[in-house]
Amino acid sequence: MTDTQIPARRELVTKPRRSDQLFRIIVTTGGMSSLIILGLIFAFLAYRGLGVLRVEGFGFLTNSDWSVVEDENSNIVSQDYGLAAMLIGTILSATIAVLVGVPIAVLSALFLEFYAGRKIRNILIGLIDLMAAFPSILFGLWGFIILMPSAEYWAKLLNKYFGWIPVFDVPVPFFTRSPFIAGLVLAIMIIPICTSISREVFSQTPLDRIQAAYALGATRLSMIRAVVLPFGRGGIVGGAMLGLGRAMGETVAVYTVLNVVYQVNWQVLFGAGGNIATLIILKFGEADREEINALMAAGLVLFLLTLVVNGVANILVSRLGKVGR
Amino acid sequence: MKTVTIKPGTPWEPTAKERGQKTLNLLIAVAISFVLLYSTGLNGKLGWVAAFFFSYVSVSFIAEYRRAGKPAAQDSLLTSISRFAIFLAIIPIVSILATVVSKGWRGLHWGLFTQDMSEATVNSPIQEGGMLAAIVGTLIMVGLALIFTLPIAILTALYLTEIKGKFARPIRFLVQAMSGVPSIVAGLFILSSIVYPVTGERSGLMGALALSILMIPTVARTAEEVLLLIPNDLREAGLALGATQWRTVAMVVVPAVKSGLVTAVILGVARVIGETAPILLVSGGGDATNLNPVSGPMGSIPFYVWNAFLLGGSEESTQRTWAGLLVLLLWVLILFTIARYISSRSQKR
Repeated sequence: MTDTQIPARRELVTKPRRSDQLFRIIVTTGGMSSLIILGLIFAFLAYRGLGVLRVEGFGFLTNSDWSVVEDENSNIVSQDYGLAAMLIGTILSATIAVLVGVPIAVLSALFLEFYAGRKIRNILIGLIDLMAAFPSILFGLWGFIILMPSAEYWAKLLNKYFGWIPVFDVPVPFFTRSPFIAGLVLAIMIIPICTSISREVFSQTPLDRIQAAYALGATRLSMIRAVVLPFGRGGIVGGAMLGLGRAMGETVAVYTVLNVVYQVNWQVLFGAGGNIATLIILKFGEADREEINALMAAGLVLFLLTLVVNGVANILVSRLGKVGR
Repeated sequence: MKTVTIKPGTPWEPTAKERGQKTLNLLIAVAISFVLLYSTGLNGKLGWVAAFFFSYVSVSFIAEYRRAGKPAAQDSLLTSISRFAIFLAIIPIVSILATVVSKGWRGLHWGLFTQDMSEATVNSPIQEGGMLAAIVGTLIMVGLALIFTLPIAILTALYLTEIKGKFARPIRFLVQAMSGVPSIVAGLFILSSIVYPVTGERSGLMGALALSILMIPTVARTAEEVLLLIPNDLREAGLALGATQWRTVAMVVVPAVKSGLVTAVILGVARVIGETAPILLVSGGGDATNLNPVSGPMGSIPFYVWNAFLLGGSEESTQRTWAGLLVLLLWVLILFTIARYISSRSQKR
């Protein structure tokens, strides 16, 4: 009898060729570029802004006084940098944009996905995708010339009937170029992206669940409420947050529409306000070295803000599909 | 024996009676909206739209309620509201297109493409001066941005789809996060990292660098999407023939997605062609034609529009603004149409 020899376990190793190793190194380095660029943006803005941030401390975010006082020989006497007014303005106009834009976008996405006929659907999707490619200066000027007169009228109506709510009150009846109008322009700007994300999410709804709902006698409304919305909830919220991020970082459209004044203004119908990005454009031209550093710090705040909002949004969108009945 | 031929029916399509009912609803709603318009304080097109919306929603609600009860009526509510929503979403696009074309075409003239603004101000007669500097500047900056973007974006896409390394998930996340970087932050970054410490001068090259930061995520994500569509069989076939990974990618995978990569590039260009904020910060925005991207300010089409809008106030500057916007919009439309055409053609195959 011979022993059956169990062969020793061999380890299969393929050593990639030299060319492949090189290829992988190059591609991996290229792949890391987004990390490097984001890191560099953070590093440089922080490096420039650090001095101001150190002087102002946490007050950079909570004070709302941005002033440089000079004497006759244009020597700087004192300088104060507090971002709070513009931070409030950023959040305010972006919030209006989301409150107005997202419901329209989600309902449009429902229409495109579940109501529209094939032909109409393709045309409408094409139009909305085209709108996503429009440059922001176009929205800004259109908002200034075309939307502003009607929006002013709506603002007056809102003020007349809801003026007792503090947000809709105004100190003086000046309705032109208000955060409300800026918010409307931003809402129009984020509609395409919110619509296409919601539509994508809705289209991933499992067909068997939809058909099961119909087979149980559901109307379209109850099917959407029982199947589509629970399934797509995360995606809708994520899309809304992506829109929020866009609206927060918008510069040119807001600058054209809004009366950029450095003051705290949470009364949305009153024509004054701004956001961080418009502050940078407004102050940049005449700023000296120190103030530019302060603007860099403001840019850093904006960068981190949009990064966090976008990050959460992307997590929400990509985590889709594990919920729903 | 009698044979019965059954005609193929289409029970899902609305019958003539239902269609009639729907038309009737619409007519009633229009009538009610006009009554509302004249009897209350509402006025203007907008007042009519609001009145029509409410009357249409309530008329179709009542009609459905009488026909089939409460659930159907609630269903019709969502139907009419979502129709209204898509209407609201489409209005701005149509209005923007109509405004730009109707206001812009009057400012168009041949000199727009042969002259620059070095000897004209925004308020001089419309025949003087043109967009040459702006168009040349945009072409140079976008072209340079493309050169910087393309290798980085495609390598990123290849890393995500071909190497699928440990970091694929975080990198995908970062690329998406990068697409949300506000354009003004990209401008500030170039300003703080290169313009102030190194060159000390604003130029077209700096503008191109800022634009490429905005372009990379768009191109990388679109390229990744098309690379994911390539069937794995192609890669396996390449490897089974004894090719190295790099040969497979270079000679099988990338040629297979050529048209998709072109789409990615076009979408990237469309993304940045209208960017104004970084141009304002880093490229200086000159009025004279400047062919040298390394020194001297360089203009761009959005900068031309911005200047005419902010510095002007006269009839001529308004015409310049809208003519500039029309040219910009035409660029976007052309790019968009080409991208659509290519992607629809590759889908058919």
